[in-house]
Amino acid sequence: MKEGLQFSCGRYYSVSFEDIVDFFYRLAELADRLRDEGRFFEYFPRKPSDNLDMPVKATVRVKHGFPVFQKGGVCMDVTNVEQAYIAEEAGAVSVMVLDKLPYDVRKIGGVARMADPKVIEKVMNSITIPVMAKVRIGHYTEAMILEELGVDMIDESEVLTPADEARHINKWLFRVPFVNGARDLGEALRRISEGASMIRTKGEAGTGNVSEAVKHMRRIMGEIRKMRNMDMEDRVRRAREMGVDPGLLDLTIRIGRLPVVNFAAGGIATPADAALMMWLGADGVFVGSGIFKSSDPLERAKAIVLATSMWRDPDVVLEAQKMISESKSMMGIDIRSLKPEEMLQSRGV
Amino acid sequence: MKIGILGFQGGVYEHVGILKRIFSGEKYSGETIIVRRGGELSKVDGIILPGGESTTIGILMDKMGLTGELRDRIRGGLPVLGVCAGAVLMAKKVVDKVVGEKEQNTLSVMDIGVIRNYFGRQIDSFEVDLHIPVIGEKPFRGVFIRAPIFERLNNNVEILAQVGEASVAVLQNNMLAVAFHPELTNDYRLHLLFLEMIKK
Repeated sequence: MKEGLQFSCGRYYSVSFEDIVDFFYRLAELADRLRDEGRFFEYFPRKPSDNLDMPVKATVRVKHGFPVFQKGGVCMDVTNVEQAYIAEEAGAVSVMVLDKLPYDVRKIGGVARMADPKVIEKVMNSITIPVMAKVRIGHYTEAMILEELGVDMIDESEVLTPADEARHINKWLFRVPFVNGARDLGEALRRISEGASMIRTKGEAGTGNVSEAVKHMRRIMGEIRKMRNMDMEDRVRRAREMGVDPGLLDLTIRIGRLPVVNFAAGGIATPADAALMMWLGADGVFVGSGIFKSSDPLERAKAIVLATSMWRDPDVVLEAQKMISESKSMMGIDIRSLKPEEMLQSRGV
Repeated sequence: MKIGILGFQGGVYEHVGILKRIFSGEKYSGETIIVRRGGELSKVDGIILPGGESTTIGILMDKMGLTGELRDRIRGGLPVLGVCAGAVLMAKKVVDKVVGEKEQNTLSVMDIGVIRNYFGRQIDSFEVDLHIPVIGEKPFRGVFIRAPIFERLNNNVEILAQVGEASVAVLQNNMLAVAFHPELTNDYRLHLLFLEMIKK
């Protein structure tokens, strides 16, 4: 393929990480002043003092910095220690511990909740890479439990049954960083305002069908590109329509990408799927049911890691695709056969 | 000068950003090259091994057949800056604070032992001002994310900075290893120190 066909947007920030951190602290300045007078609830981050003689934990730089080191990598869904070992051996950058894989959540139905803390703890003590876990949307207590347990990142996820139909967690209150799903730019920026340190596409989890993830990634990137040529007044109007801070929208348009790390998720099942999402502008990928619902998990995990890192080189992606066999891929579900109430992505907007 | 950045995984473009800003000034001129294949490695005058997951980068480096060539070039004097996971890749001995010893592919070029995740999990990640005399009096903001620490295995390893008793920046000949992330700050002094190592 010709060089020019590749999207150039997405990966390189035209401002430094520090400038982005500063932006969030500036948002917080008014809140800081009001808080000192005891008149404001805790929303937006607190800025640490300029001179730090003693270590300070859970700053914006530390929370938003964590996902930077996941970029170019694959986070894999696992349900037990054995699968976590396979993920680590294959080269995953982190694992996501669940009670059931999204495919099974979809099949079994009922209420899907946070995984068993005992299982999460066992995984944490067995592998050296970061461990993430999911909480239900709006479920503060599940998040507090996972923070207490010490997971490295929390996914406030639509794959689990929402605890609050209307609200997300105020993630600025937590010391642990969060990742949230999004289908469009408005959702992504609302989650970032709530304190998410990382965004992922929602896709349609547990289907083995990448089409929804493609749709969501294209929509987010497309909206950013479209707004580049918009008048300032129209941008402000759009920000109001989306229910996001105009400053945050302006920053996003100016740097041509989301101001936090942005992964692809939901339906990725093969190395080619992963490479496609990287080409569309993802910083990395989450693979859910795709690995452990296939009949060649270790080889497939290795192949997806290779394709995610080396997506620019078709010869390597070909090699990765040869490592797996299509007959062993998970069967997959056609999105059009799902009823609206079976779609996980419409939970929590 | 041509600065390579090992580009498989992690905070790669953050270093590109800092180097671009340095090169846009008057004092230094040069370019950055993302290194993922052997041909790219042969062009560089110095290489940055960025932060990320050391197990992942080690596996990919091996898979793409870069381990041997990179090791030989570093042993032959190629200046190298290892950041966090990059420093783990340089170490001759690696253990994890919780899990203990685990087999992982590294370059094994520097006389240091590394304890991974020494300060704890992400929830214990922190920032603090460091005193690094070689780059001046002004404190340097150290951003530690699931950071390792270093132990000297040999006396010709120089300790540049410490947090309490733990060494977090070390230098041995052409090899500079740091446990924290200078690429997440606007302070370029450690990158400049590395560029000076290349100039020599």
